[in-house]
Amino acid sequence: MELYHFTEFPWPYLPPDDTFSSMRVNLPNRVYDPVVGAELYHSYLDQYVLADELGLNCMINEHHQTATCLSPSGPLQMAILARETKNARLCILGNPLANLSDPIRCAEEMAMIDNLSRGRLECGFVRGVPYELFSSNRNPTETAERLWESIDLIIKAWTSHDGPFNYEGKWIHKRQVNVWPRPYQQPHPGIWTTGGSDLGHACRTIERGFTFAMFLTPADRLAEMFNGVRDHCRVKGLPAPADDRFAFMPLVAVGETEKEARKMIEGVFWYVTHNKAELQFRAPPGYMETALYAKVVTGQFTGGRTDAIRTKGIDFFRDNHVAIYGTPDSVVKQIKSLYHKVGGFGHLIAMLHAGDMSYELTAKSMTLFAKEVMPKIKHLGSVSTGFGPLAERKKARPKTKTRKKAKSRA
Amino acid sequence: MREIRRQIVKTLGARIEVVRQGKARANRGPVLVLHSEDAYESELPLIDELAEKREVIQFRMPGYGKSSLPDWLRTIDDISYLYLDILGQLDLKKVSVLGFSVGGWIAAEMASKSCERLQKLVLTGALGVKFGGAYARDIEDIYYHPKEKVQALKFHDVAKDPLADMTGYSQRQAMTVARQREIIAKFCWDPYFHNPALKMRMAGISVPALVVWGANDGMTLPKYGRAYAKHINGARFTLIPRAGHYPHVEQPGAFKRKIEKFLG
Repeated sequence: MELYHFTEFPWPYLPPDDTFSSMRVNLPNRVYDPVVGAELYHSYLDQYVLADELGLNCMINEHHQTATCLSPSGPLQMAILARETKNARLCILGNPLANLSDPIRCAEEMAMIDNLSRGRLECGFVRGVPYELFSSNRNPTETAERLWESIDLIIKAWTSHDGPFNYEGKWIHKRQVNVWPRPYQQPHPGIWTTGGSDLGHACRTIERGFTFAMFLTPADRLAEMFNGVRDHCRVKGLPAPADDRFAFMPLVAVGETEKEARKMIEGVFWYVTHNKAELQFRAPPGYMETALYAKVVTGQFTGGRTDAIRTKGIDFFRDNHVAIYGTPDSVVKQIKSLYHKVGGFGHLIAMLHAGDMSYELTAKSMTLFAKEVMPKIKHLGSVSTGFGPLAERKKARPKTKTRKKAKSRA
Repeated sequence: MREIRRQIVKTLGARIEVVRQGKARANRGPVLVLHSEDAYESELPLIDELAEKREVIQFRMPGYGKSSLPDWLRTIDDISYLYLDILGQLDLKKVSVLGFSVGGWIAAEMASKSCERLQKLVLTGALGVKFGGAYARDIEDIYYHPKEKVQALKFHDVAKDPLADMTGYSQRQAMTVARQREIIAKFCWDPYFHNPALKMRMAGISVPALVVWGANDGMTLPKYGRAYAKHINGARFTLIPRAGHYPHVEQPGAFKRKIEKFLG
């Protein structure tokens, strides 16, 4: 199992909760203080440098017009980390392709980061969250098609080495495409997508040989999706996907004592309690499935899962493996339990920081996670036999029971 | 209630549902009704009342009712080509077009291309044109505001919104409204409810036009309606008090009197 550190680069110093209606889209940036913010940027990047030193990987994302995330462009942090880290896999989840006006620029940037990091890029491509259709002004009804058209074009650009080609597709037109540099990893870096309830999207991701990631999803829903994909592959006569085709991000905190871990997870839980957005920002017409949007229109859907889980608290999160916290032994147990409940997964992205958690407290949680938890779960999960460093690593790794199980599946 | 005749017309790869009521008259051309985004119009008594004196024809927008929504259709401009083609196929002449909101935009697009089969235009709360500067919000952002605010922008009296209360809606009814809103987003998200070329093309409109506006329209202020009328040669502008973006819904009597007088 590959383990990743994640912070969303939050701006934690918010006005009283009842004085604003949304963290996203319309919270004025006068709330942000650049002098304080500059320090935060460095502190957050330091977390990733520590992650690398501890043997953890890094996951980076981006969001727009929101205090939940001060990163408006994932490639910027990726470029910094490509220099400042030595061994970590650098995962971006992801490039919001549907919102980008130029996917070829994204292909170039990602290729450069893959070179800079000497092949450590895990390249996520995402549709983007609904709130950001306001900042990007992208038509919500086009986003799913634009995502997949962009992915296909980027792969073509990464794998074409004999000079320019032209492209005039449905949503994208490019002339004389000839990206420099080409990626370091051959034929190209591993590709990831993320998803919520759309099983068709998840199946498409796996069919293409990509990795499918889900965030903050209760274990039963996670199992439903991951097993839905596995069933799909079985029915279609495709090879069973190895565990490293599946990724999950819970909130994580590891303390020396249960009490300390509880204090830490309360810090991370800031992300959940403060992630509010007005309904119309979450549901522009054409973004979600029509049946769900119909419930928004008629007033049957008012907040959905996000609001429901916000109010349910940390214990609910822990019971559903969305928050994994405790002493190292307890966390190992919880991860193993989740692993078995969902039929296996190969990437655990640990959101170990949020809100105003200090560097010191975060570093302690990260260190315990890397030193006390990682060695006991690293062996979990089967690895794909495809290309890439993970497959290389598999060859170098001693055989375990789990790997045998995966082999028989493949 | 007069007999309703429905037909599907194939045009440029699409199938458009055409609904006809009333008798065709030799001395009076038909009225073509182009509905607004929530398609309130087909349910209004106005249709049947207008059909007393002439044939009333409704085109259902692509994706609405039984009309198809082919993949190539991306703009309101595209839709106007379908509708002009149907006028030809059905050999309709001396047509007076009543366009409401987005339907008014389609009517303006049609008339800017060809007035050959048209006699008069009535544009009510018509959209589709950008008059103000780059920083001006000509048409309020209905996707940005909460539902209650959007209702208040669109209606003088929100209780008169036919979709004010959808709590008892069946799954099928809810899906219809949701689907319609997705279709409007597909055509109108960006550029936001307008075609940058239409302002200049409006010079091609050569039939008498009446621009009708609700005095309390908050989605498109009356000054937007006045600008609309100013850009059509010889067009008249008329304001209906105590009405928002859909004066024909909120003040049907006053609306009918104004347009009957204009249609003659």
